[in-house]
Amino acid sequence: MSTVTDLVQWGLRGASQPRRRALALRVGAVLAFLGLWSLASGLVVLLDLFNPIFLAGPWLVLGKVVQLAANGQLWEHVGATLLRVLVGFTSGAVLALALGLPAGHFRAVRNALEPIVELFRPIPPLAMLPLFIVWVGIGETSKITFITYATFFPMFLTTVHAVQQVDPLLLRAASSLGARRTQLFFRVVLPAALPEILTGIRLGVALSFFVIVISEFIGAEQGLGYLINDGRNFFLVPQMLGAAIVLGLLGYGGNALVVLLERRWLRWEHPPSA
Amino acid sequence: MSTVGVGGAGGARVQIEGVHKSFTLDGRSAPALIDISLEVQTGELLCLLGPSGCGKSTLLNIVAGFLPPTGGRVLVDGSPITGPGPERGVVFQEYVLFPWLTVAQNIEFGPRLMGVPAARCREITARYLEMVGLSEHATKFPVQLSGGMKQRVAIARALANSPSIVLMDEPFGALDAQTREVMQEELSRIQRVEHKTIVFVTHSIREAVYLADRVVVMTSSPGRIKEVFPIKLPETRNRFAPEFTHYESEITRVVKEEVAKVHE
Amino acid sequence: MIRALALVAFLIVWAAVSHGNRSLQAMNPILLPTPGEVVAVAVSLARDGSLERHLLVSSLRIAEGFGLAAVTALALGVLVGLYTPARLAVEPVIEFVRPIPPLAFLPMFLVWFGLGETSKVAFITYTTFFPMFVGITASLLRVDIMLLRAAASLGATRLQLLRRVVVPAALPGIVVALRLGFGLAIFVIVGAEFMGADAGLGHLIMEGRVFFNPAQIVMGALLLGIFGSLVNGLLLAAERRALRWRALR
Repeated sequence: MSTVTDLVQWGLRGASQPRRRALALRVGAVLAFLGLWSLASGLVVLLDLFNPIFLAGPWLVLGKVVQLAANGQLWEHVGATLLRVLVGFTSGAVLALALGLPAGHFRAVRNALEPIVELFRPIPPLAMLPLFIVWVGIGETSKITFITYATFFPMFLTTVHAVQQVDPLLLRAASSLGARRTQLFFRVVLPAALPEILTGIRLGVALSFFVIVISEFIGAEQGLGYLINDGRNFFLVPQMLGAAIVLGLLGYGGNALVVLLERRWLRWEHPPSA
Repeated sequence: MSTVGVGGAGGARVQIEGVHKSFTLDGRSAPALIDISLEVQTGELLCLLGPSGCGKSTLLNIVAGFLPPTGGRVLVDGSPITGPGPERGVVFQEYVLFPWLTVAQNIEFGPRLMGVPAARCREITARYLEMVGLSEHATKFPVQLSGGMKQRVAIARALANSPSIVLMDEPFGALDAQTREVMQEELSRIQRVEHKTIVFVTHSIREAVYLADRVVVMTSSPGRIKEVFPIKLPETRNRFAPEFTHYESEITRVVKEEVAKVHE
Repeated sequence: MIRALALVAFLIVWAAVSHGNRSLQAMNPILLPTPGEVVAVAVSLARDGSLERHLLVSSLRIAEGFGLAAVTALALGVLVGLYTPARLAVEPVIEFVRPIPPLAFLPMFLVWFGLGETSKVAFITYTTFFPMFVGITASLLRVDIMLLRAAASLGATRLQLLRRVVVPAALPGIVVALRLGFGLAIFVIVGAEFMGADAGLGHLIMEGRVFFNPAQIVMGALLLGIFGSLVNGLLLAAERRALRWRALR
């Protein structure tokens, strides 16, 4: 813990690190983690602690991923998962925007929609998954509609909130400059609400990867979730960990995509000079 | 640390000796303060005046012990400072009250840290609440106060800790013009009772002439001392007296030269 | 008021649609249970005491898993928030593991800890740890340096800065992090109980699917929702009381 002198100079964050050094530290920490993992799995083998298949080292996991990628199986599963996420999430986002934007803008729409959404929201979406399966069967449709259902809530609520939060002074300023109703909406409300809407979209992306796994655990013949659960039945730990890591990479990629959009569309929030 | 003692009045001497300060950004070092030497006398109210970004707040942060100087040193009653200390009270522009404490709890924060008995704490709090005219708001939380009230609490909090030196960083900068003048009058009234050594940072020339025993004008960045004006006016000052206006215009002329440099 | 109205309206619509479906035979009536049927399932399960057992089992798993995660997240979060070298070492690893959806690890936990209670509790601990840890660390790092300066200039020692500034200033954020963690626990307990459990609300829901009894699924989902919002409401009320100074105007 730092001294009082350090605390008043830097706060709890501590002195800021030069860029190069910060990057080196990050890479070092992740490498150290991988090293520890290898060490642990190596020790299990060396000391014969328990069946080594339970703790496969990172190299085994990487090898499995490379093998699955080489024989094409990995791409099949990745493709299946991505397609479900893409369709499910996009429908969720379109629905959330289509209902959320008017609900944020018009009090009447909000009063009609919000209480119903609030009614469903406390129910953990996973609890509804079996209902989707019973209703639309175990195929693609149930998986996709389930993602749509699960991702709709956070995106709808952030959109409503985003539009509601728009500073009324901005609206006044724009209408005094002669903006008409539709212009107000597209030129003021939308850009002003965009940062928070995009935050909601990011939540939605994360949530779709969160819930796709479990719907692929239950009755699927393809997808990374299937790969993980399939691995469980045969104690194929490298396959399970490998698929989980690939899923993490996809989620990371999805997040990065939204961040990229944020950078492009919200340049005014963080101008390059600052 | 020699003059710490709760309830005591009076000031201490501050010596700033050859202080340099530079900041490093992306591996490059830029000077902010160059060779500042100043002596603030016991019980004196000294105003630091200069264009924005000239490093006057940096200098105050160094005296407060928040930032270490790159070179030189600061002495309080002859001994060098190593960090913040209760003998140097600070009043910030943004008030910085503890939002989870009531007005009274904010004021007694310092004495409580020192382990002053509860009964004595109450006395001290009551006294300073009255001094800043907030006795009726003792149990309110900071979010419930106006800007002027918040700054009164901040001043009471600093004084209740009986520092010998009070450092004020544009304390009235966030207030509206009327409140600002009222606060200036209150500060000068309080100072006539408390006789603290005060270093007061401002960019308002009028404020400086109204409050200060001496005004130190700094150059634009990197900050150096440009000129020092002793203000020889009576304790109770009249903003419309010809002598007052005379000081004002003379200092304005000097400051303008520096402001002009920033825009070159 | 509006919420109560919406609830009533929703119940009426639900009853109308499900009963209408029954008389018109638009789709298999089993698929769209009426409110009455859902209540009937709840009553019959409550009568033989199994509802109580399922509720208790789920609550215990949530309490244990969440409690363990909260304690760990607090300990590690405080360490990382106050000790910069620890932060530089731990943060990248957390960021490396965090993008992996926790549910992807559920089968791993079953392999590691078996089908019993341990795997479920451990899984909830694992899942809820990350958001709580991140939230706690962030709220510590957000503590305004000016508050530290103000207290230090009033003579606070290191320990006093910690106890009288850092703790109260970070508390609101920490409480929010814990509340989010609890919400997540309710979210994932269902998933954990879908797979290899013989009791718990998630198991009850899954049973509803296996025996083709949608009324039981709906009942389980509703119970979870009610349970979640009750606890959330309690936590919110506690939060408001503890942090009175924020809300006042």
